Amino acid sequence: MAVTKVVMPKLSEAMESGKIIKWLKREGDRIQGGDVLAEVETDKADVEMEAFGAGVLRKILVHAGEKVPVGTLIGLIAEPGEDIAAWLAGAAAPAAAPQPVTPPPPSAPEPVAPAKVAPAEAARVKASPLARKIAAQAGVDLRVLQGSGPGGRIVRRDVEGARTGVAAAPTAAPAAPGVEFEDVPLSQMRGAIAKRMPLAKAPVPHFYVTSEIAMDRAWELREELNLLEGQPKISVNDLVVRACALALLRHPGVNAAFQGESIRVFHRVHVGIAVALDEGLITPVLRDCHAKSLAQIAVESRDLAERARARKLRAQELSGATFSISNLGMYDVAEFSAIINPPEGAILAVASVRRVPVVTDAGLGVGRRMAVTLSCDHRVMDGAMGARFLQDVKRLLEEPLRLLV
Amino acid sequence: MTHPVDVAVIGTGPGGYVAAIRCAQLGLSVAAVEDDRPGGVCLNWGCIPTKALLRSAEVLGLVHRAADFGIRVSGVEANYAEAVQRSRRIADSRAKGVEFLFRKNKITLFAGRGLLRARDRVEVVGASSTETLEAKAVILATGSEPKALPGVRIDEKLIVSSNGAVRNEQLPRSLVIIGAGAVGVEFADVYAAYGVRVTLLEALPRILPIEDEDCSKEVARAFRRRGIEMTTGAKVASVTPGGPGVIVETDHGRLEAEQVLMAVGRAAKLAGLGLETLGVQVERGFVRVSPRMETSVKGVYAIGDVAGAPLLAHKAMAEAVVAAEAIAGRTPRAVDYANVPSCTYCRPQVASVGLTEAQARASGRDVTVGRFPFTASGKAVALGEPEGFVKVVADKGTGEILGAHVVGHEATEVIHEFAVGRTLEATLDEIVSTIHAHPTMSEAALEAALGALGQAIHV
Repeated sequence: MAVTKVVMPKLSEAMESGKIIKWLKREGDRIQGGDVLAEVETDKADVEMEAFGAGVLRKILVHAGEKVPVGTLIGLIAEPGEDIAAWLAGAAAPAAAPQPVTPPPPSAPEPVAPAKVAPAEAARVKASPLARKIAAQAGVDLRVLQGSGPGGRIVRRDVEGARTGVAAAPTAAPAAPGVEFEDVPLSQMRGAIAKRMPLAKAPVPHFYVTSEIAMDRAWELREELNLLEGQPKISVNDLVVRACALALLRHPGVNAAFQGESIRVFHRVHVGIAVALDEGLITPVLRDCHAKSLAQIAVESRDLAERARARKLRAQELSGATFSISNLGMYDVAEFSAIINPPEGAILAVASVRRVPVVTDAGLGVGRRMAVTLSCDHRVMDGAMGARFLQDVKRLLEEPLRLLV
Repeated sequence: MTHPVDVAVIGTGPGGYVAAIRCAQLGLSVAAVEDDRPGGVCLNWGCIPTKALLRSAEVLGLVHRAADFGIRVSGVEANYAEAVQRSRRIADSRAKGVEFLFRKNKITLFAGRGLLRARDRVEVVGASSTETLEAKAVILATGSEPKALPGVRIDEKLIVSSNGAVRNEQLPRSLVIIGAGAVGVEFADVYAAYGVRVTLLEALPRILPIEDEDCSKEVARAFRRRGIEMTTGAKVASVTPGGPGVIVETDHGRLEAEQVLMAVGRAAKLAGLGLETLGVQVERGFVRVSPRMETSVKGVYAIGDVAGAPLLAHKAMAEAVVAAEAIAGRTPRAVDYANVPSCTYCRPQVASVGLTEAQARASGRDVTVGRFPFTASGKAVALGEPEGFVKVVADKGTGEILGAHVVGHEATEVIHEFAVGRTLEATLDEIVSTIHAHPTMSEAALEAALGALGQAIHV
């Protein structure tokens, strides 16, 4: 059998449908396994869809700009002589069991069970019929609202409050005179964030541990490294990624995920690195950080970030993180905390390196300090474990030569 | 003697006794102060005994039209004095019920007038002794009393109030009722049923002026058929003894009757409570309260009629629970004053909740109205009670139930479907997707809601 069905792939846990941005192959093109067939817009990002089988792209069933549910037959790859009429006849209905178009990358951890946020439970929204109607008319997503009625039920005033909130949010463009507000429709990414964040925050009992790290020596080291010819530029974030990777090896309890009946402790460190985009954020995954040098981390994370901004990430680069880092250092941030990305057990929020007065043996001096806050899933770990991990991260960054060995 | 308690409640009407019981349930020690019988106006002189009298009037009305039901009766004797005696027995039993509940909840009843000496000290001036209550919180629930027109003195003989009328066993031959609100209309119903020539006077353009205009019209039509005279938009100039008893001069002419019933409203009983000395703020005759029912003086709460309109027992009970829970340190939900049902127990009964059609339209909303007459209801016709209708006023866009108005047999029971619906923020869709038992009076609610959606089946 030489007919390969091309179906809309499920590129992330949350993905329900995808839109073909454009086909990179045309009908009649010869395809090798692994060729990029098309670019697909998912709720998370634009990703490249790779071919699974070899042959000729005989038929494109879903054209650029169309959005279809996951599993829908979107094309057929077959040898030129093959009769594909029977396949086309069944094309109307989505395929029952979608064939994976992109095989899991060889280095990926064992597929992780969906986050224990019990989607069905979380999706049940307690809201009055009137609140539902007003929300539907006003385009307010009830799932992001906090109910003030009996038992946390969302009632009319909650929706009306949210509507006012939307109106109060600043919009990018200056409004025309006399126009008090405009309702900006949610982009697919914004919609996905709005949908997922309550599920990431509410069911996961977060706690936070903050530490201040003396970055003077790490700063000097970085400047020295960046003077070396033929070496990639190292960022503060690269140092943090490397420090976390090494510390996570020593504290596997932090490199872990809650599984309901058990805790899955990962032996490898895959770090999700949050990248800000205009319409939201995305967290590509840098795999096997524990086995990578500072230079490798620098090169690969820069590549991931650039392709994230260009919407050129592959699906497997968006999942499988065992730990995440969110860095707002470029915005002169004193300190912040981040929301854990389930099923990961922790995320590190990295603030700016700031020049602050410090007390030294000689009296008062100026030092570089950076605040980091670890958000931890209390079901996975306790405060002391998070603190010990953070202590190691701090030691690694304060004695940065350890990052090089 | 001084008695330390957690809460002192002054007044034991539907506000006071509910507050006392709720406080006791929440583990607080409670003293209740009453200078009359427990139960207040509601149980003793208002709601309950008048419902007993209205029932006698209703039965009498049924007996008179028994032939319609295939029953021939003769020698009918309607003894009004016995009807009043029955109403007194019922009132007494209800008042005893309150005393029982106090004992059950270990609430100490102090007989006498309560006087607020300090925000945590209540003096009870009884017939023989004076007691002092040291209370961490005080709840004022002294209720209200009938008002008279300026320059008119209620003597409870020629010029009576509802207090006098409700226990009067002697019927006058003719009666002028000044004021056609719930009290005036209910007494008109009772007295007319017993053959008294009744004239209702109302200063506003229609009887039951706070109800939806359609409701006023429906009751006026029924009253007219029963021979009750009604003069609306009439200003009373004077009420003086003379003629058969009393002469009432109005801008619509002179009326003479054996008796006049003053039903022009009620005033909060605040005099002699010591509010001025303590600095409790009073506005337009009522105590100013927060949503927690606390007055301007910390630790002093006010509920029921003293706390302002609407002057209804069920509103007082709702406020009582809020005050009690606030005192106990809980965070009660504030009373939803937009959702207090209003009920008048004349025949046909009138019940409403929320906005009238006129108010809804005046609010500028896009309004849809559904109306279902009981003449089209199998149950109402079988009962021989085809008067009235159900009217629902809703927002066209969302189906939000803005108001509901019911006139007819047991309208005061039918209304709660809409009250619950409004509390739950149900819309017309939820009303119409609820199966209503057939045949019932409540089916008319379903039909009215269907009508508002343009989907009525039985009209």
